[in-house]
Amino acid sequence: MKATVLVRPKAGILDPQGQAVESSLRHLGFAVGTARVGRVVELDVETDDAAEARSEIERMCEQLLANPLIESYDIELHATT
Amino acid sequence: MTEAPSQPRIAVTVFPGSNDDRDAQLALERLGAEAVRVWHTESELPEGTAGVVLPGGFSYGDYLRAGAIARFSPIMGAVERFAGDGGLVLGICNGFQILTEARLLPGVLRANASLDFICRDVGLRVERRDTPFTSRCGEQQTLTIPVKHGEGCWFADADLLAELEADGQVVLRYEAGENPNGAVADIAGVANADGNVFGLMPHPEHAVDPLLGSTDGALILGSLVDAARLSASVLA
Repeated sequence: MKATVLVRPKAGILDPQGQAVESSLRHLGFAVGTARVGRVVELDVETDDAAEARSEIERMCEQLLANPLIESYDIELHATT
Repeated sequence: MTEAPSQPRIAVTVFPGSNDDRDAQLALERLGAEAVRVWHTESELPEGTAGVVLPGGFSYGDYLRAGAIARFSPIMGAVERFAGDGGLVLGICNGFQILTEARLLPGVLRANASLDFICRDVGLRVERRDTPFTSRCGEQQTLTIPVKHGEGCWFADADLLAELEADGQVVLRYEAGENPNGAVADIAGVANADGNVFGLMPHPEHAVDPLLGSTDGALILGSLVDAARLSASVLA
């Protein structure tokens, strides 16, 4: 089963990278309010059981993929055909 | 009865991408320690280790988050056990990042607020001199020690910060106007609750020779050597 993990700076946490992107976009003439920059991790996990995959990936996030002090994460599972 | 070693053995961990391990070793040896570099695949510290230094660098290329991958190296299991038994552990720059990722120290180190890599001397104030890492410093002494980092912005939320301030775990602060990275409360170095693990962004190993502009780093590393000698003599 394939999965996408989105790791984001938590709400309220200063995101200097997002601010730099935001200001560059404005310089290019785009009407941007705010930009926040996170990280995408694409995974291929062995199991085809969605619940099992989700709990496994949650453990990956807690241990390595995200730092819970500053980052939140979302897990999207994609059914393989 | 074993005689207490005059040169306490201090292990300097080396990860792929560490680059200040030799400077740390040299500085510790000049200050009277027997400094032993230990490769990250080792699962035990050398026998008789009385202190551990995690040096600066870019372990694992800073991939994912600085220190996030190095913390799972085999040697870190030994460092965690050593720290858990009250052993002295000092993390410098990337070493500090590894210790926060390993949750041996509170908070986290993020990209500098300016997003610039910053390499310069900074003024620091010693907030606690009753630690194994600052005993050679004077009360509220100011130090000049260089920083060189891109991810040195120490962060903790308001609750954690209040707890650390109340517990006296803030050991080192950037002087007013000297904060190079946007760190919360100007924090340059914090200790764990037990006081045996300490991390700082500035590089004391680069400030041990007058030729390099400052010898203030020797106060930090010398304090560690003193404390390691003492703990080695207790063990002996």
